[in-house]
Amino acid sequence: MFNRELRKGSAELLVLTFLEARPRHGYEVGKLIEARSHGRISFRIGSLYPILCRLEDRGLIAGRWVEKPGERRRRFYRLTAEGRKFLKAQRGLWEEFVLTINHIVRPSHAE
Amino acid sequence: MLNKKAPDWSAYVRENLQLRGFRPERETEIVEEIAQQLDEAYQEALRAGGSEQEARAAAEEHVADWAVLRQQLAGSQREKEFRAAIAPGQGQERDLPQSGRFSPCTEIRQDLLYALRVFRKNLGFTAIAVLSLALGTGANTAIFQLIDSLRLRTLPVSNPQQLAAVRILDISWRHGRIHGRYPDVTNAQWEQIRDHQRVFSNMLAWATEGGFNLAPSGEARYASGIWVSGDFFKTLEVPALRGRTLTAEDDRRGCGSPPAVISYSFWQREYGGGPDAVGRMISLDGHSFEIVGITPPSFTGIDVGRQFDVAVPLCSEPLMHGELALMDLGNGYWLAAVGRLKPGVTIEQANAEMAELSSGILEATVPPQYDAEAQKHYLQYKFGAFPAATGFSNLRRSYETPLWTLLAIAALVLLIACANIGNLLLARASARGREIAVRLSLGASRGRLIRQLFVESLLLGVAGTLLGAILAQWTSRLLVAFIGTSTPDVFVDFRPDWRVLAFTMAIALVTTILFGMAPAFRATSVAPAAALKSAGRNLAGGRERFSLRRGLVVSQVAFSLVLLVGAMLFVRSLKNILSVDAGFQTAGILEADLDFGQLKIPAPQRQSYKLNLIDRLRALPGVEGVADASVVPLSGFGWSNDVILAGATKRADGNSQFTQVSPDFFNTMGISIIAGRAFNERDTANSPKVAIVNQSFVKKILNGANPIGAHFQIEEEVGRARPMYEIVGLVRDTKYYDLREEFAPEVYVTTAQDDQPDEGAQLLVRSNLPVETLTKELKSALADASPEIGTEFHVMQTGIQNSLLRERLMAMLSGFFGALATLLAMMGLFGVMSNSVARRTGEIGLRMALGAQRRNVTGMVLGEAGAMLAIGLIIGAGLTLALGKTAGAMLFGLKPYDPLTISLSALALAVVAIMASYVPARRAAQLDPMAALRDE
Repeated sequence: MFNRELRKGSAELLVLTFLEARPRHGYEVGKLIEARSHGRISFRIGSLYPILCRLEDRGLIAGRWVEKPGERRRRFYRLTAEGRKFLKAQRGLWEEFVLTINHIVRPSHAE
Repeated sequence: MLNKKAPDWSAYVRENLQLRGFRPERETEIVEEIAQQLDEAYQEALRAGGSEQEARAAAEEHVADWAVLRQQLAGSQREKEFRAAIAPGQGQERDLPQSGRFSPCTEIRQDLLYALRVFRKNLGFTAIAVLSLALGTGANTAIFQLIDSLRLRTLPVSNPQQLAAVRILDISWRHGRIHGRYPDVTNAQWEQIRDHQRVFSNMLAWATEGGFNLAPSGEARYASGIWVSGDFFKTLEVPALRGRTLTAEDDRRGCGSPPAVISYSFWQREYGGGPDAVGRMISLDGHSFEIVGITPPSFTGIDVGRQFDVAVPLCSEPLMHGELALMDLGNGYWLAAVGRLKPGVTIEQANAEMAELSSGILEATVPPQYDAEAQKHYLQYKFGAFPAATGFSNLRRSYETPLWTLLAIAALVLLIACANIGNLLLARASARGREIAVRLSLGASRGRLIRQLFVESLLLGVAGTLLGAILAQWTSRLLVAFIGTSTPDVFVDFRPDWRVLAFTMAIALVTTILFGMAPAFRATSVAPAAALKSAGRNLAGGRERFSLRRGLVVSQVAFSLVLLVGAMLFVRSLKNILSVDAGFQTAGILEADLDFGQLKIPAPQRQSYKLNLIDRLRALPGVEGVADASVVPLSGFGWSNDVILAGATKRADGNSQFTQVSPDFFNTMGISIIAGRAFNERDTANSPKVAIVNQSFVKKILNGANPIGAHFQIEEEVGRARPMYEIVGLVRDTKYYDLREEFAPEVYVTTAQDDQPDEGAQLLVRSNLPVETLTKELKSALADASPEIGTEFHVMQTGIQNSLLRERLMAMLSGFFGALATLLAMMGLFGVMSNSVARRTGEIGLRMALGAQRRNVTGMVLGEAGAMLAIGLIIGAGLTLALGKTAGAMLFGLKPYDPLTISLSALALAVVAIMASYVPARRAAQLDPMAALRDE
């Protein structure tokens, strides 16, 4: 629903947010984003997977194969300390960004 | 539980994704994960109630565009590799430790692995760098090892610093017989010192003996021997490995059946290390000794640089030397005395004590052979004590200066090699400027980067030094083998000791710091933004860093000039010596040393026996002349005396050298008689004594007067007759001891008038036959005469060559180092010039576009090289003149400031420089201006 560009910019932020609480596997993250946004934002595997790879390469998340008996093995991701720091900084920036834009975009009653 | 009919998602993904350029493990991982997620979607759709087909479609929808996915994955893989290349470790491991940072150990390991990767990629550079360093450090270590062994290492005995040698302070005037390598004191003096001293807890006396003949007859076979006093081993605190060492009991006057102690290496060589050596009898110069003990392998005697085979007690000397015994000869100097200081006694105290005892000792030991004047001299001696922790070594005396000079030379070569490596690293640093800039901009810390570069340099340094250490072992052995050709019992202890190790490590550290840190700091001081903006070429830190590289090349040229001049000086010096005219024929002369001791010929018959033998040998086919000489020219041995001219009351001014020869001598040796006559058959034991003198004798002793008919007496020992000699002939000057010496007065007397012929002869045989043939002929002729004659053969030419060992060594090694240095300098110049041209491609292109001709460009490049050359030569010439003094003593026939040599060396370097800059100059001239400008 939201513009593709807007989505891309915030994708990483979203992924990191959902890994903050506890480790999850890739498909789960995608489902969570969709659920939490009430369907307004959804990521396909094809879009989400590269994001996960990138985040892992940058050391913000760490992946691990987990095998449960009787199931296919899944790759779980967790947030690293670096990732936590990054998330905190990005969150702050994002909020600031949004406020600034809002401030400009909203018609000012004073003018 | 997997549905039996579930689609094979892995195959599906693999088929569609078609990853290229990924490692197989990575590809498998990616495929598996995507497959797993697709499977999740599929299972979810199934659970939601869809059919198999619908579920499948739902899952497949998740990846609409495989091409895009592929691209994204490939892109992030590239980025990952790039990041890994410039910031190793960050992101390489998939599982990061808790803290998100690596431990220092891991980081260093990463640095090492990365460095190795870099070296592998630039194999050429690595090879040149490691090799240059290895050659430089190897040479230094080898020579230092020799110096350490000869000069610096203390004796392998307990508390060597307690040892002190006692000898006469000023030994310049000494009359009498001198025997062995360290003839410090006479036996009488030794006994006096030993009995009256109070500062030493123990004392020893010892002497060298060239060799004891192990063969009872026939061709001689020698063991190197030492005479030792009874307390020798006790004073040095050297235990026996097997059996026992000598004691004071074994060294009593007139010892009957003396015991002997052999060294470990002799035991191995001669007896195969067998258990029955102790107790066996050994024949030394025809006398039997019982082997009572073997010394441990660590003890090779106190003559540093040599090892002994057999040690026998002093008391057996009269037995061995017979008529020529030194034991009771008041003026026979042959012993060296050493004492172990009592605890608490210093060397100064010992020295003072010796000085005090001097007059007492001397008065008690005045040789009866001395006349009044000689006695006066004798009583003026003073004894002193000197530290003896590093033992005795005339090898040290001969080779010390050359070795230190060689070390200086090797150090210069090392500096040049370091300059090369520094240049190589600086060049590489500028090439990596962009990479470093990117890393810095991506957040890598400057410290980390510097550490990275430092680790690389350290690795190079360690690799080079390790290889150098191996080269050094090899080279030292070669050097010693080379020295050993002239002095066969040379033995240099190669066990590594802490000094050599510390030295090698110091070199590694210093060279690493020298060429490691400078580039590291410079490379990381580049501002990232500026680096990223400009083209890689011009990144080279600009003018600043390039001046450093130019400076390095200039220093290389300067040092190379010094080394080339040095090499040329030594080579010319050697040539000069080799072309010295000895005054007699040296080619084709074989020396045959004969020993008739076994024959026990009574004294009056010895002379005629010898003459008979000479006649026999002269008659052999191919033999052109045979002569007997008591002193073989250029053997290093000699006999000198003072003469008293007829009518004079005191000695003539100046010593004369003497030799006793058979009548055929001058003919055999090709020495021309200038005036008067040679010895002939009319000169017999009953006719008046005659002598022949040389030109220097006339000049210095007779002050130019006509020698023929002049008379003189030889200053003999008191109590011996002093017959009057008449000079009957004059010969040209010849060299006596050594090719390097000035001509000196010499007197020839004839063997026919020898009062005391001894039991041996030194024959000089002239022949054109090959040595082996001649030797065989002589041996069989001698065996015919009597099989008990001991024989030993030497080729005179070989002896001369051996005596020039030092000069040959210096010429060879300095030549090698000079060539090496020039090669390294050439490499350095080439590298810098190539880089300079590459840097200035734009500038050159511009000039050419504006009308400069190709030859202008060539001129410009050569000019740059020429400037470095010129500055280097000037500095080098200055250094050469400054250092020239130290080498002066080792040169023969030329001064260190020889202008011809310096000019030739400078010319050689100039030629080399032109060769080195030729290729870059050509490259510059052949630039296509358009292409050059485009690249900019």
